[in-house]
Amino acid sequence: MRVRYGSVRYATPTTLAEALELMVEPDMTAIAGGTDFYPGRVGNLQEGPVLDLGGLSELRGIEVSATQIRIGALTTWSEIAGKDLPDGCRALQQAAVTVGGWQIQNAGTIGGNLCNSSPAADGVPPLLVVDAAVDLASTSGVRQMPLQDFLLDYRRTALRPDELLTAVTIPRHGAEGRSWFLKLGSRRYLVISVVMVGARLVAAGDGTITEARVAVGACSPVARRLVALERDLVGVDVEAASAVVDDRHLEMLTPIEDVRASAGYRRDAARVLVQRALDRCAVPA
Amino acid sequence: MIRFRVNGKAARAGGSRLRRLSDVLREDLRLTGTKVGCDAGDCGSCSVLVDGVLVNACTVPLGRLEGSEVTTVEGLADGDTLGSLQRSFLHHGAAQCGICTPGMLMAASALLREHPRPSVRQVEDALGGVLCRCTGYRMIVDAVVAASDFEQLAADPPPGKAVGARVVRVDGIPKLTGTDAFGDDAPPPGALLIRVVRSPHHRARFDIGDVEGYVAAHDGVIAVFVAADVPGRNRFGVIPRFVDQPVFAELETRHRGEPVAMVVGDPESISHLDLDRFPIVWHELEPMMSPDDSLAPGAPVLHQGRHQNVLVRGLVQRGALAEAFAGSDAVIEASYSTPSIEHAYIEPEAGHAKRIGDRLEITVTTQTPHLDRTEIAAIMGLDPEAVIIRPSAVGGGFGSKLDLSVQPFLAIAAWHLDRTVRIVYTRPESMMSTTKRHPSQISVRVGATSDGMLTAMEFSGRFDTGAYASWGPTVANRAPVHAGGPYSYQAYRATTVAVHTNQPPSGAFRGFGVPQSAIAQEGIFDELADALGEDRLDFRIKNALTAGRPTLTGQVFESGVGFKECLEVLRPHWDRALYQSAEFDRSHSRRRQGVGVAGMWYGCGNTGLANPSTIKIGVSPAARVVLFQGAVDIGQGANTVMSQICADALGVEIGVIDQIGADTDTTPDAGKTSASRQTFISGNAVFAASLKLRSVLLTMAQASESGRLEFGAGRVLVYDRGEVVEIDLASLDIDDDGLVVVATGSFDPITTGLDENGQGSPYAIYGFGAQMVELVVDLDLGTVELLKITAAHDVGRAVNPTLVEGQVHGGIAQGIGMALMEEYLPGRSENLHDYLIPTFGDVPEIATILIESDDPLGPYGAKGVGEHTLVATAPAILNAIRHAIGVPVRHLPASPGRVLEAIRSR
Repeated sequence: MRVRYGSVRYATPTTLAEALELMVEPDMTAIAGGTDFYPGRVGNLQEGPVLDLGGLSELRGIEVSATQIRIGALTTWSEIAGKDLPDGCRALQQAAVTVGGWQIQNAGTIGGNLCNSSPAADGVPPLLVVDAAVDLASTSGVRQMPLQDFLLDYRRTALRPDELLTAVTIPRHGAEGRSWFLKLGSRRYLVISVVMVGARLVAAGDGTITEARVAVGACSPVARRLVALERDLVGVDVEAASAVVDDRHLEMLTPIEDVRASAGYRRDAARVLVQRALDRCAVPA
Repeated sequence: MIRFRVNGKAARAGGSRLRRLSDVLREDLRLTGTKVGCDAGDCGSCSVLVDGVLVNACTVPLGRLEGSEVTTVEGLADGDTLGSLQRSFLHHGAAQCGICTPGMLMAASALLREHPRPSVRQVEDALGGVLCRCTGYRMIVDAVVAASDFEQLAADPPPGKAVGARVVRVDGIPKLTGTDAFGDDAPPPGALLIRVVRSPHHRARFDIGDVEGYVAAHDGVIAVFVAADVPGRNRFGVIPRFVDQPVFAELETRHRGEPVAMVVGDPESISHLDLDRFPIVWHELEPMMSPDDSLAPGAPVLHQGRHQNVLVRGLVQRGALAEAFAGSDAVIEASYSTPSIEHAYIEPEAGHAKRIGDRLEITVTTQTPHLDRTEIAAIMGLDPEAVIIRPSAVGGGFGSKLDLSVQPFLAIAAWHLDRTVRIVYTRPESMMSTTKRHPSQISVRVGATSDGMLTAMEFSGRFDTGAYASWGPTVANRAPVHAGGPYSYQAYRATTVAVHTNQPPSGAFRGFGVPQSAIAQEGIFDELADALGEDRLDFRIKNALTAGRPTLTGQVFESGVGFKECLEVLRPHWDRALYQSAEFDRSHSRRRQGVGVAGMWYGCGNTGLANPSTIKIGVSPAARVVLFQGAVDIGQGANTVMSQICADALGVEIGVIDQIGADTDTTPDAGKTSASRQTFISGNAVFAASLKLRSVLLTMAQASESGRLEFGAGRVLVYDRGEVVEIDLASLDIDDDGLVVVATGSFDPITTGLDENGQGSPYAIYGFGAQMVELVVDLDLGTVELLKITAAHDVGRAVNPTLVEGQVHGGIAQGIGMALMEEYLPGRSENLHDYLIPTFGDVPEIATILIESDDPLGPYGAKGVGEHTLVATAPAILNAIRHAIGVPVRHLPASPGRVLEAIRSR
């Protein structure tokens, strides 16, 4: 039905500079793809000023340069899935085609996924394994911080109320090697993860791992890198990577029981998925 | 004002820039082909193209549309001339109720532009964001794969050949063009909106505050109504002896989501009113969330007179149980449980109403217009004749739309305000307030002799019937009649009890308790067969009920018992599957392939109660056959099946038949669309009415009984013995319905009530079936991948094989959900992303084998099939899991966590 929303302010800036000016206003809510905004407001589209980022074409698209891969915050999952990217980004591209259905992948953005900061955000583990950083802009300038520092806690980020996340950057070294993403749920499509895992291995010519990254989502308030495992993997042959994993490596996870799974199952499944993802990283693409 | 284009035409819309595109399309542009199933991006039924990109219209703000080109389902066809994709849908039976169809078509059309000849996997990936609860998806996949090469639909069959033909759905075109009007698709302009204030607690007392002040303080709010405003009886129900559910709670709410008040007002003002600010103070009470709580000594009694919260008990017994067990060589017992399950049709409850003088007219999505009329009349203190119920198109029901939902609110608001009113539930409202499948706790004990012959079964089922009676008595009575399955025993005893709790009311859901009991019975059969060293399929064949042998209630059928054939026809598939699973296991260490089978039966119609249907058929002056089709089509295809029966009984082409819907003012009562009764019972009524009409017309032409009717070009011709006579329609009187000749037919199957031991003939016919499941279990994750389901069903006669297969697929899909993923938890899974139903990727290849036992009582030999198809699926899956991993999973759903736990218990 046609809805009257009182005098809701709905701003449609066309440049980032305009948008940042508007973000100074109190209680401003930014909408990127809308795929988290609307589901949170079923039958109750409350009042409050809104900043529609849809017109900011400068925040869209993927640039691959000699030093980094820069993904504009408004880049959709479909765009990420369809882009030719180095093997290290394969996990990210695999995650991209599991975010909701095709409709959600066409609308949902990487920036929105990070700012919404769900423990089950599909983009986070694959971005953690490529050492991604985020650009946070405000009228006072841009600051960059590693993604793992940006994600503070359950649905809480380091984004200040006047800031917009404008880009995700992946250093070229972060895109080296081979990566893999696995997501576990109780059905095939439209899955919200019970557990998900991103992994990336860089190996020398003889197969010895020189760098490893492993991250687990939906098993803690924010997705976590398994740093101890990453350390233990260095120097191991890629073929033997999954055999290195033991329960100690997953101790930092703090899974909870919810409608999707028990805590114990999550912990068990995380270990299996980590091993399988490492096995897949060992297989040439 | 935002300017954009829709389907090539200029469009504009105003209001808040935050409005959803789905809302703008439906409300401002009246393009209601774009459906709203969740408003949360979970169901995909609002899929549209924006600048060529497929998106959910519910997540697109109006403010972003300036200059955009939007394509909706209305843009796919040229009037009624369907495109090839739409024709392919119609041909393949890809649309059942039709509520998800526009979303499916939009996703498919986006795919076909990129890949005109897509693979199955490409179709699944592209359409995977749209949920369907009716079809089981496989027919949709077939339709999209074949779309680009699809040419013309087959012509209708010649006279006399409609029954048995794959006639395309007679009401299919509007479902494919987006013009079929579901509950919220055609509200009258200017209608006021109703919103319902509900209990946030499972059990609470409450005090409503200053309502007048609230109305005055809120712009656009016109009125608030509470329990005291119910003009008649503030109680409703579906069974006269158990009318216990208030329209608005009076002192205490008994489940989360129970209504306490409604706010009526101008839609623009109140559609997003924050109802949390309604003036009410809640006093939360300790809820009883399971029968363990409500049967505990000292537990509060939810309904006066229902001692210990027991609603009803059921009993069926025959033979000497103790002796039969004593004479057994093997006896096994086990306990099972199943959770609360939500119907999750994609169309939420909706409707509109107006007062016409001292009458009320309600248009609503419903499975049972006449029962709605009776109940609304009582609530309003009106004569039933003062209430008109007009069913809208129904976007899935599966049993839940047998109960009142929005109807009382519409009636009360329209009556008091004398204004047109409308209502549509949000997805969370629909889930928290409407009925569920009864959660069950079942204990079962079964014995057999060493030669593999069953001796005795003892079954005890406890059903959580929730806060109100609804269909609890029906479940408690039907389950013990069926709980032994279609097998022969020396002795049998089944007891059930339906117990109130503070869960949402449990009601009717495809099978009325039989799916739950079949899980226990078919599950323990596998354990018993293994203990005896019997092949699991052979064991069932040996013990299968056959014609001439008594059922569990002592009823003996002399024919129409095709169960053994259903099992025997699976034999080659079974042998092949067992061989393949052994091969698979030899070559895989951490995965196991399993095969399971389950049998089923299901009585068509009410249990031992009168069950009449009346159908009226007439002839218009323009020489059209007019079928007053009171058997509400909720997607299963009654409109088509009744037309086929009517056509053949009259001996005419199906194309000369027009249908009038189940409007209570004009169409006789064909009874509820429930209990798999319409094809059997209303089909017989159609048959009877058609024969009468034919006889009248032949008599008018003074023709013999072998005369042939021909309708067309404004006249009716009768061919007989080489002569042709035209019936002069113009000379006949026209009745109030605008008809010149009318005939009515009724049918009520002969049944008997059950005696004190539950013995009798509760159903005139049973349908039978057996399903076989092949799957793979991941031993490390506990995940289950279904490979194939082979379903054999004795349907008597398939009036329309495509529709029957559609029921098989849809029932199986719901059975898969029940087995593997579905569990409704009030307050925790009140949306379609936390409450999981199967998606495109979760329903495997289905092979359907139809057994036509030619039932002596069915119209053209047909039986019902709607519920039958779900019953065997979950037990066959669980049996296949047990075969794969060596231990049973007896508590549903068999989620990966539960399966892994079972694997580790080995």
